Amino acid sequence: MKYLDEFRDAAIARQLIERIRHLSADRKVRFMEVCGSHTVAIYKAGIKGFFPDIDLISGPGCPVCVTSTRDIDRIIRLTGMPDTVVTTFGDMIRVPGSCSSLQKEISQGADVRIVYSPADALAVARENPKKRVVFLAVGFETTAPTIAAAVLQAQKEGQENFSILSHHKVIPPAMRALLEGEEVRIDGFICPGHVSIVIGAKPYEFIASEYHLPAVITGFEPVDILQALHMLMMQIKGNRPAVEIQYSRVVKPEGNPLAVQKMEEVFEPSDADWRGLGVIPKSGLAVRKQFERFDAMRQFDLSVEEKPDPPGCQCGLILKGLKKPTECPLFGRSCNPHNPVGPCMVSAEGSCAAAYKYGRG
Amino acid sequence: MEEKRILLSHGSGGLMTRELIEQHLLRQFENPMLSLLNDQAVFPSPSSRLAFTTDSYVIDPIFFPGGDIGRLAVCGTVNDLAMSGAVPLYLSCSLIIEEGFCFSDLEKIIISMKDACLEAGVKIVTGDTKVVNRGGLDKIFINTAGVGSLQDGLHISGHHAQAGDKIIVSGFLGDHEIAILSKRKNLGFITHVVSDSAPLNLVVAPLIQHGLGQYLHAMRDPTRGGLATILNEIAGQSQIGVVIEEDLVPIRDEVKGACEIMGFDPLYLANEGKLVAFVDREKADEILSVIKKTRYGQEARVIGEAVAEPKGVVHLRTAIGGTRILDVLSTEQLPRIC
Amino acid sequence: MCIAVPCQVVEIHGSLAIVEVGGIRREAWLDLLGGVKIGDYVIVHAGYALEKLDAREAEETLHLLREMADEVPDKVPSEGDGER
Repeated sequence: MKYLDEFRDAAIARQLIERIRHLSADRKVRFMEVCGSHTVAIYKAGIKGFFPDIDLISGPGCPVCVTSTRDIDRIIRLTGMPDTVVTTFGDMIRVPGSCSSLQKEISQGADVRIVYSPADALAVARENPKKRVVFLAVGFETTAPTIAAAVLQAQKEGQENFSILSHHKVIPPAMRALLEGEEVRIDGFICPGHVSIVIGAKPYEFIASEYHLPAVITGFEPVDILQALHMLMMQIKGNRPAVEIQYSRVVKPEGNPLAVQKMEEVFEPSDADWRGLGVIPKSGLAVRKQFERFDAMRQFDLSVEEKPDPPGCQCGLILKGLKKPTECPLFGRSCNPHNPVGPCMVSAEGSCAAAYKYGRG
Repeated sequence: MEEKRILLSHGSGGLMTRELIEQHLLRQFENPMLSLLNDQAVFPSPSSRLAFTTDSYVIDPIFFPGGDIGRLAVCGTVNDLAMSGAVPLYLSCSLIIEEGFCFSDLEKIIISMKDACLEAGVKIVTGDTKVVNRGGLDKIFINTAGVGSLQDGLHISGHHAQAGDKIIVSGFLGDHEIAILSKRKNLGFITHVVSDSAPLNLVVAPLIQHGLGQYLHAMRDPTRGGLATILNEIAGQSQIGVVIEEDLVPIRDEVKGACEIMGFDPLYLANEGKLVAFVDREKADEILSVIKKTRYGQEARVIGEAVAEPKGVVHLRTAIGGTRILDVLSTEQLPRIC
Repeated sequence: MCIAVPCQVVEIHGSLAIVEVGGIRREAWLDLLGGVKIGDYVIVHAGYALEKLDAREAEETLHLLREMADEVPDKVPSEGDGER
């Protein structure tokens, strides 16, 4: 497959591994891959094993994992509404709220349909004019524009039985919150490649300018990740922290202005509750007032009680990079992919699920 | 003319049941044992040891590129027998049909079963038909059980893989599940990939004829859960380790492409016409060359080997030379954005 | 966090493209990306084309990496043992 296979080339990977090892020989460094797709790609390629002196820790970059228990409970509440069809990406199906999950609701007859695209959810609304079709809008800046496009299309068509429940979050404020927390030592960031397609490089500038840390916007193939590690090490060696784009074949410094424009047309910044990180100002996306008829939060009564996270669950600390999945007392015992306690074990890209699936042995 | 449909009375045991059996089932499955219409089939034991298995088929959609539920119901049970090295001989066939099911679809399924039986060289010698209320099940479920004869000296079992064994897969993995998924409307992708549904006794029989049966230590067909899952099963049963090479696992570009889009891992996709064999390393080349000459084994290759340690664990050597665990499938794969 | 795949555009019907990866085809909406032509590679996420893939940038990256590879003797790294 073009533009995938080339970046899985074993010979190129080998020389990058040699170079990175050479650069990392004299000190231990700690890089955070913010994005869950990177976590999985790193495990899947077996990259960690090459570099005993590089600690790669997962960040809060799995949109499913950072969705608060309360927001999951809202979603569950939605499935109980009359004449309502809930449409969702497959990612959300198994996530446990305080007492149920979509999967459990489906088994009891809730009409929940998995779609691949928000456009498919809009199609469900067209095919079911007598039902209220709600799409669960979960995701970062990569996904938000696609959902904005579906809302704009619904508005154009007058598809009034379509709405979205926005639990969108945006990445840069969360990275800032992590750095302000100063709890975790990070020597550099592997920045999310596909979020950056939309937002470009500028929103990360503060990492280099204010915190003097290297940051590399990175693709998802093994060679991409290795090249990014090499770039991070070179920045450290030269003591010249900057935001660099490794994934230059798809990420432009300015991002995708059209996607940003559509996203901003439909959504406005809002405070958001991140699992593990708490409420971060302006880190979420709420539907603007002018699109209120497509906003499930306004169209339905989704008030739920605040419930504590499951006892013992360390997802919060894991999402901040303060603990490794294996350091959680529940990991692999009461919490496993088959019976997840916390969201990091549910999502395929959760750091616990990835550590369980690829890292044990 | 209105389409003829299955009615509840077709399952009543009365005249209409008889009509269904005689005019539709017997006509296609015709053989002396079945034609007696007794409650059981009686046959002489073909060998001192027999293999016996059963499986139920509940697939959606019932017709898919490369096959249908009927072909699957014959091949699946034949394959379960063949994985012991047995020669599949006789099958039972139980149909559980939803009221209102079209006779024309039933006919297609029955003909497909007949064709698969002819190809595999097995006979349906006993059966049963039930009809349930509309909505009581989705269209049609089929159960088949099968009996096969087992040559002396064959001891193929998930417990008999040994450190040092070479691991052979008989062809491209993942075709069946991708073909099925491509028919699900909500995923909306188009592919030419067809199900690999096939009787694997046609791959196993030549090995036994060539006197290679004793060098086959463990065999399994990677259906639900895919390659990763059965490698883990055998590693656990035989208390060995397994190491496979990512680069050597045969997967079509179309299947890889579909997996990229959906966020699936091809090593967990279901197959219906592939086998995985743990074989004596000294005979691996010979076994591979015999498999490659069979109709359903042309793309066979060695993908790795069994090792002494760590026991019960499967490792994958990645294309770039890294190593990671290859775990069992814990939950079904769903199309993801992340 | 976001699965997105480079796909080649094979058909365009207004704001809807048919894209292909590894012989698999599916629909991709062009609402978020202007100026897409048949033959272009686009990055598709959740059914929408998000960005064009810059073929020249890709080639330059690979060229650079291959040049680096040629400088270093083909030394096989000892096997990583995963994080265990």
